[in-house]
Amino acid sequence: MDKLKLQKAALEVRKGIIEAVHSAKAGHPGGSLSAADIFTYLYFEEMNIDPKEPKNPNRDRFVLSKGHTAPGLYSALANRGYFPVEDLLTLRKLGSYLQGHPDMKHIPGVDMSSGSLGQGLSCAVGMALGAKLTNKDYRVYALCGDGEIEEGQIWEAAMFAGHRKLDNLVVIVDNNNLQIDGSITEVCSPYPIDKKFEAFNFHVINVDGNDFEDLDRAFKEARNTKGMPTAIIAKTVKGKGVSFMENSVGWHGKAPNDEEYALAMEDLRRVGEALCQ
Amino acid sequence: MSVVKGDKIATRESYGNALAELGKEYENLLVLDADLAAATKTGTFKKVFPNRHIDCGIAEANMTGIAAGLSTCGFVPFISTFAMFAAGRAFEQVRNAIGYPKLNVKIGATHAGISVGEDGASHQCNEDIALMRTIPGMVVINPCDDVEARAAVKAAYLHEGPVYLRFGRLAVPVIHDEETYQFRIGKGEQLRDGSMCTIIATGLCVSESLAAAELLMEKGIDAQVINIHTIKPLDEALVIEAAKKTGRIFTVEEHSVIGGLGAAVSEVLGDKLPTRITRIGMNDVFGESGPAKELLHKYELDAEGIANRIEREMRGQ
Repeated sequence: MDKLKLQKAALEVRKGIIEAVHSAKAGHPGGSLSAADIFTYLYFEEMNIDPKEPKNPNRDRFVLSKGHTAPGLYSALANRGYFPVEDLLTLRKLGSYLQGHPDMKHIPGVDMSSGSLGQGLSCAVGMALGAKLTNKDYRVYALCGDGEIEEGQIWEAAMFAGHRKLDNLVVIVDNNNLQIDGSITEVCSPYPIDKKFEAFNFHVINVDGNDFEDLDRAFKEARNTKGMPTAIIAKTVKGKGVSFMENSVGWHGKAPNDEEYALAMEDLRRVGEALCQ
Repeated sequence: MSVVKGDKIATRESYGNALAELGKEYENLLVLDADLAAATKTGTFKKVFPNRHIDCGIAEANMTGIAAGLSTCGFVPFISTFAMFAAGRAFEQVRNAIGYPKLNVKIGATHAGISVGEDGASHQCNEDIALMRTIPGMVVINPCDDVEARAAVKAAYLHEGPVYLRFGRLAVPVIHDEETYQFRIGKGEQLRDGSMCTIIATGLCVSESLAAAELLMEKGIDAQVINIHTIKPLDEALVIEAAKKTGRIFTVEEHSVIGGLGAAVSEVLGDKLPTRITRIGMNDVFGESGPAKELLHKYELDAEGIANRIEREMRGQ
């Protein structure tokens, strides 16, 4: 792993998120930014993918179960070369292929349409089962929100994945601790998240989801885990990288105005400067 | 397996038999179930292909998502459970995980309608056609007998895209000749010619409607009978032709009169050839426990009930 390279890529992913959501005047920056390092690690380090062959049957798959953070996924895909970065500015606009939530039929690199919370993990489980049934060695990654796991279907999927010992499946929980109505502890606490996945027969790894060294260790450990699926519980900061969005419920689903956009980009420019020193 | 006209077979059995047969020919066909393999009859497939039968446990929403995921990897999954859970409980999963991305998943829904019988209203799904029909791109098929049901399963496999198949628990008479019957998605068929009115029926109500037409003939009412196995896409040309011919339509289905075959026919004729229509079905009520045949009689969905209703209407009572 080249940590600096990943940090620089994550910075570009974050810029893309802010550009896209500002241009759309709507969207979900908070959870896109909290997961930006996870998106970056997956698409720039972990996954066996080729932007030139987005439908290769042997590719690794990614399902964004918390589909509302599409700006994060789209920015990672664009920066990885699946489609032009400029297209991020068409997010959510009429006629754009960049729909408000992931649309597998029209967006290169999107492996599953998602957005209705709780459903994506089941689809990822189906893909992982598909690999097992055909003796293929591709791996499947699903990113869930910590609020999203309040949905019962997540636990139906987890039960099945544990039962079937799908060790080619990695569930990442973006544990930024915030959902629309407040902190997850206030609304309807899913804690302890790690113990829940353990109880569903997952190998569980707790990490700092905004730290590439931690992510690197966790994904390598997942790869070496046999006979059970892995859940990576990634502690993250909602809005990470943009000072006024960090740990703020208000930035779950709101676009920055022009002034806020300038401030956000200035924050990210400074991060970039620091990386170049 | 071969059947002859008059044999009585539940279409859920036809479903299980067809899957076991098709499984030999098509290796990418998978069957998913939610702890109901004995009831949905997919156990027949499981016996032959244990590794291609995936029991998801009592978790229909998850089963639906798993099927969506599998279909993106080149499989053609048939998800199997009762209509109440396939179309009802998992509606949003079917809509968003299968319908919206137009994935190649087939939904085999058994135990549809009040002919579920003794289990009662909680399990008698009279709303599934209405629900499934509103999903863009979803094909909705409700076969009337064993021959048609098995042909429909094969046609569903060969069709690229989501298909909802509706099957029943009650044994119903075979009315088609297996040797000559040709099934085409979206194509209805005239089973009996008649001049005074048209009965358009689907599912187990087709054989009841044919018998009803004979009862009506004795009373001087000559009814045409049409079988509509594909409710979506509807055979509009056949419906319009019948409306032109007799000018009086009765739709008959083991489903709510809201949103099902009656609604589909009304929509087409309302748009293209306004014609008087009487929708015979469950009149915005829940069913109840009881033997299937007694329930069909009580709710006027057996031959006698259908004939009585049509006679009353035709005589302006």
